[in-house]
Amino acid sequence: MPVTLELPVVLAKLAGGTRRIAAEGTTVGDVVADVAARYPDLAPRLRDSAGAPYPFVTFYLNDEDIRFVGGFGAAVADGDELVIVPAIAGG
Amino acid sequence: MTAAAEIAVARELPELTNDEVLRYSRHLILPEVGLTGQRKLRAARVLLVGAGGLGSPAALYLAAAGIGTIGLVDFDVVDVTNLQRQVLHGTRWVGRPKIASAADRIGDLNPHVEVVPYETPLTSANALEIIREYDLVVDGTDNFQTRYLVNDACVLTGKPNVYGSIFRFDGQASIFATADGPCYRCLFKEPPPPGLVPSCAEGGVLGVLPGLVGTIQATEAIKLILGIGETLVGRLLLVDALAMRFRQVKLRKDPSCPACGTRELKTLIDYEQFCGLTPAPGAAVEAPLAELSPRELAARQLAGDALVLIDVREPHEWEIARIPGAQLVPLGGFGEVIATLPRDRDVVLHCKGGVRSAKAARQLLAAGFTRVWNLTGGILQWADDVDPTMPKY
Repeated sequence: MPVTLELPVVLAKLAGGTRRIAAEGTTVGDVVADVAARYPDLAPRLRDSAGAPYPFVTFYLNDEDIRFVGGFGAAVADGDELVIVPAIAGG
Repeated sequence: MTAAAEIAVARELPELTNDEVLRYSRHLILPEVGLTGQRKLRAARVLLVGAGGLGSPAALYLAAAGIGTIGLVDFDVVDVTNLQRQVLHGTRWVGRPKIASAADRIGDLNPHVEVVPYETPLTSANALEIIREYDLVVDGTDNFQTRYLVNDACVLTGKPNVYGSIFRFDGQASIFATADGPCYRCLFKEPPPPGLVPSCAEGGVLGVLPGLVGTIQATEAIKLILGIGETLVGRLLLVDALAMRFRQVKLRKDPSCPACGTRELKTLIDYEQFCGLTPAPGAAVEAPLAELSPRELAARQLAGDALVLIDVREPHEWEIARIPGAQLVPLGGFGEVIATLPRDRDVVLHCKGGVRSAKAARQLLAAGFTRVWNLTGGILQWADDVDPTMPKY
């Protein structure tokens, strides 16, 4: 069972409307790279050109902020859920 | 999960009049509120920053609940496009300051509430002074610079920041800047570069979504004042109105956070600069784009000028209104058509208001095009200056 990456509505459009993407990898960074390779329009919204996370897009691995569990280097296991939370400012 | 840390309402609890006892009877028979709780609400002072989509339901429910003093910061006037979601205002108040229509509506809903209006933008110069007067802040602003300003001012004054944010169908809510909890900077260290995340005016928002999120903010504010339940401190609530799913993720205080962690941030900063809206001293300034006004465009079209007019909006916007002679090339696919555009003719780009077309114009300049024009004010200004029969959105 692969890792599931969940996108907010605002980013799903860049992945052809898909909200939940099954992806492969052994670390969060691998999973993000796998998704980025399959959805080129989404790629620049997930990580910067050097492949590092942005300070305005937070990733949660099983509801834990990845910055506190190893960042993109954090290990993932089958069945894990990765949720992407971009900064939004509307009010 | 964090149990509610009751915020200190450090003033004597007022007695309720018989009218108030009757009005709040459904609260008074809740053991979790009761007479003491209602008196706490009566004593509480809540500052709402923004009387828009989020501020509307928050203000209405806080007023109905009997918050004694509601401060409102807003400098905008009611626009007809606000009424799809900003339920605090009404059609007959279009053109009036939002502060005035909000005060009228709150006064009608609950005359026991004192409304303190601040018809001014919240700035680094006034934020600390204003926020100090309140027990907590409800953030209903609509831009990143004010969100960071509200956050930092709340951290510096030690006032909880009841956060809500919306875009299209997505909503977020939490509570920042409590004594032990994380702040907004712990969640998002820095804002996105200008233009990456469109505003609701550019990207749209489901009208009822701020109703959901603003009501959650009001709920959390009331729980903080009463000291009941489990608040959103340490949790970020994610609202997906399209799938109707609520999800929560854990928020941690970042020990390296300059505001609430290391506390190296001792004073408010220039938030326009922090958000990249004004260049940092010494930074390279982007060359201005050549602009063409709608009237100039209309005159050139009338004269039979062979310019190329490209509309970079989305197909659903094209359906609402279009400028004669324009071709639709949504910005997302603009890069693919650059090679097909003529370099020996003037290329005029437009969108709704000029922001997206400026991005397309810069792509053309980067590709070596020299005859590139951005239509000033987009199709909205075309409707104002050239074709008043055109619908505006």
